[in-house]
Amino acid sequence: MAPDKGVQVMRAMIARRKRWDVIFAIVGLFSMLGGVVTLAALIGSMAMEGVPRLSWDFFTSFPSRHADKAGILSAWVGTTLVMLVTALTAVPLGIAAGVYLEEYAAKNWITDLIEINVTNLAGVPSIIYGLLALGLFVYQLDLGQSIVAAGLTLAILILPVVIVATRESIRAIPGTIREGAFALGATKWQTVSQHVVPYSMAGILTGVIIGLSRAIGETAPIITIGALTYIAFLPDSPIKSEFPYVSFEWLSSAFTVMPIQMFNWVSRPQEAFHVNAAAAGLVLIVMTLLMNALAIFIRYHFRKRIKW
Amino acid sequence: MTPDASRFAHRRLRHLRERFIEFLLFLAALSSVAITVAIMVILVRESLGFFEHVSLVDFLTDTQWTPLFDDAHYGIMPLVSGTLVTASVALAVAIPLGTIIAIYLSEFAPHRLREIIKPVLELLDGIPTVVYGFFALLFVTPLLQYFFPDLPGFNMLSAGLVMGVMIIPYVSSISEDAMRAVPMHIREGSYAMGATRFQTALRVVTPAAFSGIAAAYILGISRAIGETMVVAVAAGMQPNLTWNPMEPAATITTYIVQVSLGDLPHGSLGYQTIFAAGLVLLLMTLFFNIAGHLLRKRFREVY
Repeated sequence: MAPDKGVQVMRAMIARRKRWDVIFAIVGLFSMLGGVVTLAALIGSMAMEGVPRLSWDFFTSFPSRHADKAGILSAWVGTTLVMLVTALTAVPLGIAAGVYLEEYAAKNWITDLIEINVTNLAGVPSIIYGLLALGLFVYQLDLGQSIVAAGLTLAILILPVVIVATRESIRAIPGTIREGAFALGATKWQTVSQHVVPYSMAGILTGVIIGLSRAIGETAPIITIGALTYIAFLPDSPIKSEFPYVSFEWLSSAFTVMPIQMFNWVSRPQEAFHVNAAAAGLVLIVMTLLMNALAIFIRYHFRKRIKW
Repeated sequence: MTPDASRFAHRRLRHLRERFIEFLLFLAALSSVAITVAIMVILVRESLGFFEHVSLVDFLTDTQWTPLFDDAHYGIMPLVSGTLVTASVALAVAIPLGTIIAIYLSEFAPHRLREIIKPVLELLDGIPTVVYGFFALLFVTPLLQYFFPDLPGFNMLSAGLVMGVMIIPYVSSISEDAMRAVPMHIREGSYAMGATRFQTALRVVTPAAFSGIAAAYILGISRAIGETMVVAVAAGMQPNLTWNPMEPAATITTYIVQVSLGDLPHGSLGYQTIFAAGLVLLLMTLFFNIAGHLLRKRFREVY
């Protein structure tokens, strides 16, 4: 018995509609893969251009007017030292702010104000932080165009990332943990410092690493404070062989960082410097991707293991 | 001292320490407010110095921006046009692709693919912007010149396209979050009425998540406006009042970079111009950010 006409029309309609499902699934898949593959191709061709340049000398030479002799020694040392300042400032400050907002803050207008500020700061373009740093750190506080000025600038830049990550991972700690600690007579600070913060460390660490990986690649604010591109010396060593063994001379030293070195090489017209830029870009990408991968690994690893 | 008194003393000390720690943490939280205030004070103070020499009318209506020339003009329009053109090209890429990818990830993709793709998109978000600038100048521009032989080596089209690809992950992840926040029973209702996946995605989920998706667009706009390195590397640094993306032009951000690369004395009018330009940029992004957050908040409260 053949189905009557109405049913046939309806089946054709359903088939047509279902076809759209398939079409969209294909379009979606391709636009996603298209984007990812395009980027992979771009990174790949940069790698092809830059890899031959990656040698021991490239990491141990100062920048030079001769492209084939130029290296990234002052750039990666500068990046490391700036990141040290950034981490030492942003991590304690960000965690403290996150802990306050999540565990201590009363529901009042000051808390609202702080929360609005944190969300807003995350959306401010990075170059504006550069202008802030130029006016405040470089001239007002007279820190000059130094490592400490750059480190503080990037610390301010990633502060919202650390605060948000801290808050989110603290929020995931169940209230029973706190009640258990209180029941045993712990004070608020004992509860927070010995239980809440250690248990949320995985999430906080993820946020810190993602923030730092963003700071490594930031160029605009560092250019704005006037970092030099041609630095053929290293900052004073932080570790000394004589008493008191540590020195803080390096904080006020002039410096350059990886992305600025790369920007400088890209901006030159000569082909040979573009090869250097590709190599520097490759090093930069590998650094940020490794950090991001580490952060993602920590998050997935701990999310699976901890069950309350 | 009696044992009781010593216990009270101990307790009081403990209480004091607690309050002290709380105060320290409060100061840390307050630092975010201090940063905002500092940004406003610095930008406004230097801009006021700038506007003592340049009238606001000239600033807004003059069609030339040549503050460092002998014949100085201070019209912000060429910088704003460059900013808007590059941002528009970027959004023309990021909004359609970001939306399609978000719908696909949220409604169509198999669970395992999503678990792989989300971290990959996050990884792409972490690539430094100066590297994207390198791509735009040395790979995308030559490719475009193959199709448009007249295209100059520095142009807004290539910078905008690359910037668009750069903000796709950002737009798609916020949009996807909004779509995932639409409760399952709404989708089930649609399926029960006989709708297909595509119909449900397009006519039920997307409208339900609309304010979140709109927020993603607006935050994307604000990011495109504030982006610096891609345009600084690939779009040229010459202020140019044009709406044609095939031409080179400076944006607000590249002007700031250009001046910072030079050596302008502190306190000079040239030094103050970058703060005036920065203030315009901040106001533009602030407007979009506030609009975006209001919309985002609304979609969170609906269900």
